[in-house]
Amino acid sequence: MREYTSIVQELCGIAAAPKQQLERALASGKKAVGVMPYFAPEELVYAAGALPVGLWGADMQCSESRRYFPAFICSILHSTLEMGISGQLDGLSAIMIPISCDSLKGMGANWHYAVPQVPIINVAFAENRKIAAGVEFTLSQFKKIRKQLEEILGAEISDAAIASAIAVYNENRAALREFTRIVGEKPGLLSASERSGVIKAGYFMDRAEHTALVRELNAALSAAEAPEFRGVKVVLSGIMADCHGLLEVFDKNRLAVVADQLAYESVNFADDTPVTDDPIRGMAERLGSIEGASVLYDLGKRRCTQLAETAQASGADGVIFVLTKFCDPEEYDFVPLKRTLEKAGIPLLQIEIDRQMDSYGQISSAVEAFCETLA
Amino acid sequence: MADVYTMGVDLGSTASKCIILKNGTETVGSAVIPSGAGTSGPERALAAALASAGLTRSDIAAVTATGYGRESLDGADWSVSELSCHALGAARECPGVMTVIDIGGQDAKVLTLSAEGRLENFIMNDKCAAGTGRFLDVMARVLETEADKLEALDAAAEGIVPISSTCTVFAESEVISQLSRRAPIPDIVAGIHRSVAVRTASLARRAGVHEPVLMTGGVARNGGVVRALERELGVSIGVPPAPQLCGALGAAIYGWNKLNKNKS
Repeated sequence: MREYTSIVQELCGIAAAPKQQLERALASGKKAVGVMPYFAPEELVYAAGALPVGLWGADMQCSESRRYFPAFICSILHSTLEMGISGQLDGLSAIMIPISCDSLKGMGANWHYAVPQVPIINVAFAENRKIAAGVEFTLSQFKKIRKQLEEILGAEISDAAIASAIAVYNENRAALREFTRIVGEKPGLLSASERSGVIKAGYFMDRAEHTALVRELNAALSAAEAPEFRGVKVVLSGIMADCHGLLEVFDKNRLAVVADQLAYESVNFADDTPVTDDPIRGMAERLGSIEGASVLYDLGKRRCTQLAETAQASGADGVIFVLTKFCDPEEYDFVPLKRTLEKAGIPLLQIEIDRQMDSYGQISSAVEAFCETLA
Repeated sequence: MADVYTMGVDLGSTASKCIILKNGTETVGSAVIPSGAGTSGPERALAAALASAGLTRSDIAAVTATGYGRESLDGADWSVSELSCHALGAARECPGVMTVIDIGGQDAKVLTLSAEGRLENFIMNDKCAAGTGRFLDVMARVLETEADKLEALDAAAEGIVPISSTCTVFAESEVISQLSRRAPIPDIVAGIHRSVAVRTASLARRAGVHEPVLMTGGVARNGGVVRALERELGVSIGVPPAPQLCGALGAAIYGWNKLNKNKS
């Protein structure tokens, strides 16, 4: 059995070099489709034999994107658009842009003019995603997307291929759930950066290959002895924490992420796609079962109690709410989240990140002080 | 038994502060140098504090660094966040304090303390100069005065000119516009102070304000801001004799506590 450190290194290396992954896929004759947040039906891309490439922005300075978006739009969109304008995404056959928030609603039109060489596939969901009519609407959209993908990629997407893709994705989700469970039970075994890298790699890999590596890693981690851990255990909540400087601050403060409620991480793989006779319907139904995402209509704000329950179940010392700067849905959710956690007696720290940060002094002070209050 | 000296060094964004405690209680030396982390300020602050105490570096049993530049201080035994140090320092200056409002050169923070003086909760401002010492420096320059003279100008105000609390750049152009309308400078200064108070008060309310309230940091030396904040929050606010040194004091106390904990 390979050492877990070697597998982690491999996955983190992939996570750090998405461009190489894309180039490798293209060189092998495979097509690739960019997938923006949130919860786009990427199984359809996989079913067409193409590589879905997660596009959640990048840590970079933006200049050209400012011609299209004002400065106060989230940096995930800014940096993705910047990558598109600068030609870094030219190998993509298309980009899927879900219309999940107000900023994303403007992304499609901006992309159309700024990056005309990469066609857009708009992804619309039903706001009332759980009710039957909502599922029907989402289903109709996914069927439309299936046709668009068939035209763009020049490949038929059969029901059997969709069913196979769903199986691959469900296996990947199960492997990642197992991974986060093991890491949560053995704090200190992996750093916050390593945990993040293992999950992130999946956004740029063939999911079946990612699953194989994550399963191998899970076996190695299960066999490894849990280290004596004297740091602070936290649950992260928010859109994403994939930010090199932030993760370094976590690692420096010996902070172990024992669970998360991040759209980029656990929220994205918490729910499997139901296996049904009509596989694409199962994908529409899955959208109704996702909890913990600010960008999805959440009657009664179930996200709040889910976070408190996750923190309690994981034995976390506290919760860090990682606010993506200028994300309105997250800011709206913060108030009820804070109230719920206060009521449950769970310490909470809010920090704000964006993809254009170059100074982490304030975040470092806040995280350090938070750890000091919990010590 | 020989006296034990501990040093606390607060490396802020615009100033370096240093304090030396004898046996964890008595301040025997201190210095404030108006140059922050990454400059010669820290070194000069250390030298000046040692000189004022009549000590050398070898007399110091422990050096604790705090502030944004805490990681950059060579020879520090420990580095602790400025939030924890301000809490320790404030609890020493004002036993029983429940809320600490600290406005430094480039940031503002509000701390809530437990009855035992332990840091319980905190909130920091956005990465923005509005409502900080830098904001007052910029405004003073526009008014052709110095930040140290703003308090006296405020005391002479007969009215308050409304100034935005949102952004330093916008506020600066508002002040220029008010000057061109020949608004009285003291009234403009009162408006500037109220704008800082409004911004800080909203931060404080998010953390929760419970008396006694103490204000620390360089801006606390400006009584005009303190009074404006008292009006805005409807509470009385205490200010320690050397508000800029509160973080360094907390760091020196931390070092003392750590030495004693290690002994036991």
